Amino acid sequence: MAVQAIETTFGEAPPPRRQRLLEDERWLAFMLLVPTMVLLGMFIAYPFARGILLSVTNSRVGVPGQFVGLANYYKIWNDTIFRTAVYNTFLYTAVTTVFKLGLGLWLAMLLNRDFRGKAFTRAFILLPFIIPTVLSTFAWKWMFDPTFSVLNWVLYHLGLITGRINWLGDPDLAMISIIVVNIWRGVPFFAISLLAGLQTISPELNEAAAIDGAKPWQRFWHVTWPLLLPVTMVVVLFSVIQTFADFQIVYVMTGGGPANATHLFATYAYQIGVGTGLLSEGAAISLAMFPILFLVVIIQLLYIRRVEVR
Amino acid sequence: MIEGARWRRWVFFYLPMAMFLVFLLFPFYWMIITSFRPDGELYRPWNSVNYNPFWTTRPTLEHVRYLFEETLFSQWLWNTTFIALVSTVISLVCGVFAGYALSRLSFPFAGSLGTGIFITYLVPQTLLFIPLAEIIRNYKLGDTPWSLILTYPTFLIPFCTWLMMGYFKAIPRELEECARIDGASRWKAMLYIIIPVAIPGILSAGIFAFTLSWNEFIYALVFLSSPEQKTVPVGVTSELIRGDVFFWGPLMAGALLGSVPVAIAYSFFVEHYVSGLTGSVKG
Repeated sequence: MAVQAIETTFGEAPPPRRQRLLEDERWLAFMLLVPTMVLLGMFIAYPFARGILLSVTNSRVGVPGQFVGLANYYKIWNDTIFRTAVYNTFLYTAVTTVFKLGLGLWLAMLLNRDFRGKAFTRAFILLPFIIPTVLSTFAWKWMFDPTFSVLNWVLYHLGLITGRINWLGDPDLAMISIIVVNIWRGVPFFAISLLAGLQTISPELNEAAAIDGAKPWQRFWHVTWPLLLPVTMVVVLFSVIQTFADFQIVYVMTGGGPANATHLFATYAYQIGVGTGLLSEGAAISLAMFPILFLVVIIQLLYIRRVEVR
Repeated sequence: MIEGARWRRWVFFYLPMAMFLVFLLFPFYWMIITSFRPDGELYRPWNSVNYNPFWTTRPTLEHVRYLFEETLFSQWLWNTTFIALVSTVISLVCGVFAGYALSRLSFPFAGSLGTGIFITYLVPQTLLFIPLAEIIRNYKLGDTPWSLILTYPTFLIPFCTWLMMGYFKAIPRELEECARIDGASRWKAMLYIIIPVAIPGILSAGIFAFTLSWNEFIYALVFLSSPEQKTVPVGVTSELIRGDVFFWGPLMAGALLGSVPVAIAYSFFVEHYVSGLTGSVKG
């Protein structure tokens, strides 16, 4: 106080305490990060810890539980539906990722050419990715409807089938249908991200290779692909996480049916945790995803670091 | 253009491109046509004679009328807009601040904090929805828009921060130093010099965040219970299906109209959206 009083007598007023603190880089950084830290702490870190605690009790909705150790994990380990869900999730992630990468890369190469209406086409192609997934999945569900399916109509009139196909009623066909919808939704994301990667590759490199006599396929394999690999890795790992934890498509298309044959981790966790109210078991099921997601995140972090160092 | 004979162009370009376009856009065509087709035509078995599923000669607005008069669709639209806008603004403010601090200020633990935020970016909503539902209930936020406005930033902030870090890093240091020499405080230099330069980045992050929160499903499904609080994706899912009966006309009309706001936001800012999308991946 006294110091301030003396200083004010010298013409210029000193900056208030608040402003002086903001001049300090560390304080400013701290202040700028507080809102983010509070929100992420309250709604990511705290729920995560809470989820782990929940998964080692036997809570239900409205009933505070008691500590039961790893009983929930032991229970789901022996649960055949859970095992099916684990198998489905791996299958779903692997198959869709391969197709999304292949088709996305193909589409990116097509879009990387010059043609009339390119900007327009590119804008339209992203629609499956930006339209709310739940809403567009309903369109697919309606296309796969057992009685009114337009796909059956087309196949029938092309002479490929004679009777109807019950797309969502058969476990294998239902899984295929879900995979198709996921590929449909993911291809634009891959295509646009890979296109952005392709555009950073100087055309001169390909021209130089062409002059040296490299065939288109060789040019792709030895010039384009290695340069595109960093972007591809990031996009693939990102998509793997999203697909592995997917919920919406299965929830709308089959709800996990027929006879619990198409559940993924997330839909089964929802069915147990919210549907039947076994909170702790549901929490255990969704946390069972964590080790795999963690592994993918680690790979991604290591990869990004390696690319940055280079 | 493509070198070589005409047939090559067709086989290697036009044909695959057309196939991609049909595959990617047909569901939307089907959504639109179903929305305006009378019920009598909708529910005809797929193998009935003289049935053309791809066109209707008697378009109707019956399904749209049903949606607005018999359901709370307009309320859902409003809820979704409100939630998406507020959570986008919150996330942008947090993300811009955090992105600035992490990319332009030096302080202890900056690197590990950045990595921490990047990891939360990769946490899927389905990992935490059950404990989060309990927390929301304990905070007495259940069944209110605030349950979503406060939780959506958890997946929006990391992505906004990540995107903004990229933008801020690209702005030359001299710009800020000039302002500082002229007597601006750090805070003012950030607010009046750096942030205005980063407007395109903020716009990209905002558009992307808006569409993400408009599309969010599982939190809205779990945290909201009364029909008048629901968002469009959840309302359409839960109120237009009674037991096993799907009201396909209104359902498709709802899907169509529920997609229009994001489609409009997107169409105005395609370039920003694309740079947000690719920036969010590459960082």
